[in-house]
Amino acid sequence: MIARLIAKRLGISILILFAVSLIIFFATALLPGDPARAILGQQATPERIAAINAEMNLDAPPWKRYLLWLGGLVTGDLGTSVASGESVGALLGDRLGASLLLMVIAAVIAIPIGLLVGIYSALRRGRTTDSAITIGSLVLAALPEFVIGIALVALFATSVFTILPAVTMRPPGTQVWDFPAQLVLPTIVLVLAVAPYIVRMTRATMIEVLDSGFVEMARLKGVPERRVIFRHALPHAIGPVAQVIAIQLAWLAGGVAVVEYLFRYPGLGQALIDAVTYRDVQVVQAVVMLIAVVYIVVNLLADVVGILSNPKLRTGGAR
Amino acid sequence: MAASGVVLTPLQRFFAQRQAKVGVALTATIVALALIGPLLLPWATGYTATEFADQPFRLTGPFGTDNLGRDVLSRFLSGGLTLITLALLATAVGIIVGMIFGTVAAYTGGTVDSILMRANDVLLAIPQLVFALLAVTVLGPQGWVLVMVLGLTHAPRVARVTRSAALNVINEDYIAAAEMYAVPRWRIIVREILPNITGPLTVEAGLRLTYSIGGIASLSFLGLGLQPPAPDWGLMINENRIALAVQPWGVMLPVLVIALLTIGTNLIADSIARTFASTKVSEA
Amino acid sequence: MTPQKTTPRRGAKTRTGSGAPMVEGSAWHTRVAADAPVLEVEDLEISTTAAPTQVIVSGVDLSLRPSEILALVGESGSGKTTVALAVLGHFREGLHRTAGSVTLHASTLVDPVEMTALDREVRRGLRGSRVAYIPQDPASSLNPSMRVGEQIREVLDIHAYGDDDAARAERVRDVLREVGLPDDDAYQRRWPHQLSGGQQQRIGIAMAFAMHPDVLVLDEPTTGLDVTTQALVLDTVRDLTIKHRVAALYITHDLAVVNEIADRVMVMQRGEVVEVGPVEQVLHDPQHPYSRTLIAAVPDLAGRNKIWEFEQRRRAGEFDPAEADDEPAESTANEPGTGGKEARVEVNEPARTTEAAHDDGVTLSIEDLRVAYGSNKVLKGIDLELQPAQTTLLLGESGSGKTTMARSIAGLNANWTGTIRHRGEALERSTRRRAAQQRKAIQYVFQSPYSSLNPRRTLEQSLSVPLEMTGEMTARQRRERVGDALDAVRLGREFARRRPGDLSGGERQRAAIARALVNMPEVLVCDEITSALDVSVQASIIDLLVRLREERGMTMLFVTHNIALARHIASRVAVLQQGVIVDEGTTEEILTNPTADYTKELLENAPDL
Repeated sequence: MIARLIAKRLGISILILFAVSLIIFFATALLPGDPARAILGQQATPERIAAINAEMNLDAPPWKRYLLWLGGLVTGDLGTSVASGESVGALLGDRLGASLLLMVIAAVIAIPIGLLVGIYSALRRGRTTDSAITIGSLVLAALPEFVIGIALVALFATSVFTILPAVTMRPPGTQVWDFPAQLVLPTIVLVLAVAPYIVRMTRATMIEVLDSGFVEMARLKGVPERRVIFRHALPHAIGPVAQVIAIQLAWLAGGVAVVEYLFRYPGLGQALIDAVTYRDVQVVQAVVMLIAVVYIVVNLLADVVGILSNPKLRTGGAR
Repeated sequence: MAASGVVLTPLQRFFAQRQAKVGVALTATIVALALIGPLLLPWATGYTATEFADQPFRLTGPFGTDNLGRDVLSRFLSGGLTLITLALLATAVGIIVGMIFGTVAAYTGGTVDSILMRANDVLLAIPQLVFALLAVTVLGPQGWVLVMVLGLTHAPRVARVTRSAALNVINEDYIAAAEMYAVPRWRIIVREILPNITGPLTVEAGLRLTYSIGGIASLSFLGLGLQPPAPDWGLMINENRIALAVQPWGVMLPVLVIALLTIGTNLIADSIARTFASTKVSEA
Repeated sequence: MTPQKTTPRRGAKTRTGSGAPMVEGSAWHTRVAADAPVLEVEDLEISTTAAPTQVIVSGVDLSLRPSEILALVGESGSGKTTVALAVLGHFREGLHRTAGSVTLHASTLVDPVEMTALDREVRRGLRGSRVAYIPQDPASSLNPSMRVGEQIREVLDIHAYGDDDAARAERVRDVLREVGLPDDDAYQRRWPHQLSGGQQQRIGIAMAFAMHPDVLVLDEPTTGLDVTTQALVLDTVRDLTIKHRVAALYITHDLAVVNEIADRVMVMQRGEVVEVGPVEQVLHDPQHPYSRTLIAAVPDLAGRNKIWEFEQRRRAGEFDPAEADDEPAESTANEPGTGGKEARVEVNEPARTTEAAHDDGVTLSIEDLRVAYGSNKVLKGIDLELQPAQTTLLLGESGSGKTTMARSIAGLNANWTGTIRHRGEALERSTRRRAAQQRKAIQYVFQSPYSSLNPRRTLEQSLSVPLEMTGEMTARQRRERVGDALDAVRLGREFARRRPGDLSGGERQRAAIARALVNMPEVLVCDEITSALDVSVQASIIDLLVRLREERGMTMLFVTHNIALARHIASRVAVLQQGVIVDEGTTEEILTNPTADYTKELLENAPDL
């Protein structure tokens, strides 16, 4: 039963990914311009252009190019960057690692904080701490991440204190994690951008569950308050909260671009913005595709958590 | 159980909340600044925008100049109008398109609903900002592109909210009654469904406005929104942030107003949601 | 299964079952020895905590002896659930006690305790063990993500029942058997959603009895259950309270159930107790005007209560002289001066012109009506005829397909097969494809008046819709007709400008009926239209329908789950069981001499005054 449900979700995810690849490819295929000429620059001669066109299959009809591109994606060949002439895979390899590092650290910090603060707020419903948390998360949720970022830079890296680096420096041959101090501000910005949503959703879900009939019944059975919360209420909040966490993680995949740009962090987002600026189609396609994959994987995981936490779905709801 | 005698209108209930008052005050102030700012320009600064050209970082005048020698206060005062206009337009596009698709999907049901919702899932798989970057790559950084791409990326999210709100309404018997009396379908949508989902739609509009402001400001900040030499808060931040340590005003002024504006609109959206929630309780 | 009255057996010294944590010489023992109540509520007042303080419940006194069941009766908003929860020292969000006391003489404590002013931990220890609660809606009160056996076991674990795990496991099996459920591990490992409503409620009862409580609070535990299941649950509760000497407070709105189960009854109205006494006395010789009104509104199987005359009797001051003609909604009810209009309608009724076709004197005939959703066959070949100017009661329990049948007739549900003829003419499946005259002739009233009117539109706007759609009238004529209909349902035409939100449930249902009347229908299909309403409102709606049928000569199909309504409204009865009509005939035939076993079972199990 569970396997079938999960297989179904997986199938849907793959279909969505396929549709996304269509959108990305044909949207960018509309781009005017001549990639071969762009790659060769000054050295463009008709022969060399023809050679590159042949190599990149640029002469083929669009559907064939799409299939070749898709085949490449599946086999791990992401194509050639128009701007640098390098292979996109090589270009993005390090950067993908750097971005994932930032996202994972941010998620590991933001999720538990979001959950705990949300639950605490729900339990203190209507009191001063709850109101403060509610307003605080509302304000933070409103702020664009670059606003939070610049405020933090002004506060900790330039105008007020200068205790943390404002930009990321990575000498060749080193990795971003060799300089932990540089990771602090980008991580805090991501945490502050993501956690408020988790707090708000956790609080709302918990309050709804705490108001439900079976929680009142548990209290009337004499169940101790701790057990009411952790055994009776919390399991029902897992499904909906997992959804929000998934949306937030998926958002991280996109939102990380702004943060990376702000801190000159050598990640995927920075690469995307550079590629957009230089109209480097192959890189844009690859990065957007990678982000969509992250989104879909994370959502699939949330669905699975939702299925596992709900006995009705688990057992198929049959009497 | 009967409520106490005093019955408040939704508007009164909205303004009974302190956060609603703060939200409206913040939003109104910043919007007024953006509207009146350009008119105040010569009066407030006493000199025109170009007077300090080629004298970078001059710190005379109220807030000094930027690295191209342009007066920060002048640029600040004239930099909000485009942002707010574009954000409003993007919100309108998103709400209208999303509302139409969401209502139609919910009311038609069946295959149409499934197709629309699957299409929605596909669009949702690409984050808004990434979609915007994609659009800017293809179409270039122009105002209408920003409006359309933000609006159209709002739409699937709005559609989702509209659909679930509409589904609740559609399950009510008064829709079945209208069907029974053979009321034309468009009239059922316009007269029976839409008036009963204005609550969630208004909340959504508030939220979308907050995100539109943030989104357009972010794109300008990335250098992919409005292009120089346009005076724009997001662009100002991008241009001046290298000199944050030397000349903080060029960055901090626009950061501050963008922060206050988004906080204001978000407070309003949340207050509307609370007003709507309390309405539901009192009707139960 | 005739109801037997509970006779408290006060002689017994110990209770059956082992492991109940009883203390010799406890407050409970002292009280029992003195033949005194084990629970006493004195002058209880409960108010809202929010700024404009409202008193929800005031001056409530009650007492409970072991093995005694006290019924607490009231309509919605009477505060009965608030009182019930206060007995456990529990107040819902936004409520608190402002005066009075709830004293419990527990069998585990030497001294009596005050439930509402108790240390949190002590109170928690008493809840579920000394005072147990059985909620109204078992579906939402059982934790959906906990196995049912575990939910019973949890009570025993928390309150440390018996000496060890084995004793507790044994007790879970005992109590499951006591409530008539299987006790095997496989059953215990089921999830709540895998049980039927009746089984879920019995799990709730098992949880409540698990710890051998001294006091039991039951909050409408049989609402929503079918009569047969209800009878089983009532039997179980009654047997267990006597067997284990439990004092029970039984909250209900149903006086017939009170008659079945309770020893004493207490009537509440708007947060105050208006009458209390032995069941016999209160039900047969009520003193307070409100009790009299309530009892007069209860439909009885024999039809002695004549609720079709309810309004007339109320206006005549039969229940309460002071309230004679004092009901605001009713005072405006002029007798609808529709004589002339009625005549015009007769002329106006083009459906009659087709009489020549197949007219065999039957208004509506249904042949081989079938509905299936996938493999689930809801209606399995229904044949039924509706006689002109008569009311047919369509009786069915939940899942019988009665609503599907009503909706198919009204054209709200389009996936049926078979034939439905109106005056001999076959009807299209959905209303959109039926002729305007057919749509006019057959009208349908929905179950819930809270859902059937658009909250954003005035009554006039909502009620005009059927007229606009037939498109024969000017705006002024429509307004006039809507006003007439509002008069006819005894709301009065001044209700035209009001919105559903300003109306009570009964008023809304009247408005919904008025909407069905504006087109002067020939057939009125009423789908459970009184089941969401309080009993006195139900009575006045029944009264209204009977009079409307007489005035207008309408043919009615009255769909209900309540067999007791039959003699009050219908001349014919059709009994629907799992998509098949198992019994059909005149009301008299069906009630006195039913042919189907199912009908006999229903009649036997239906609680009655």
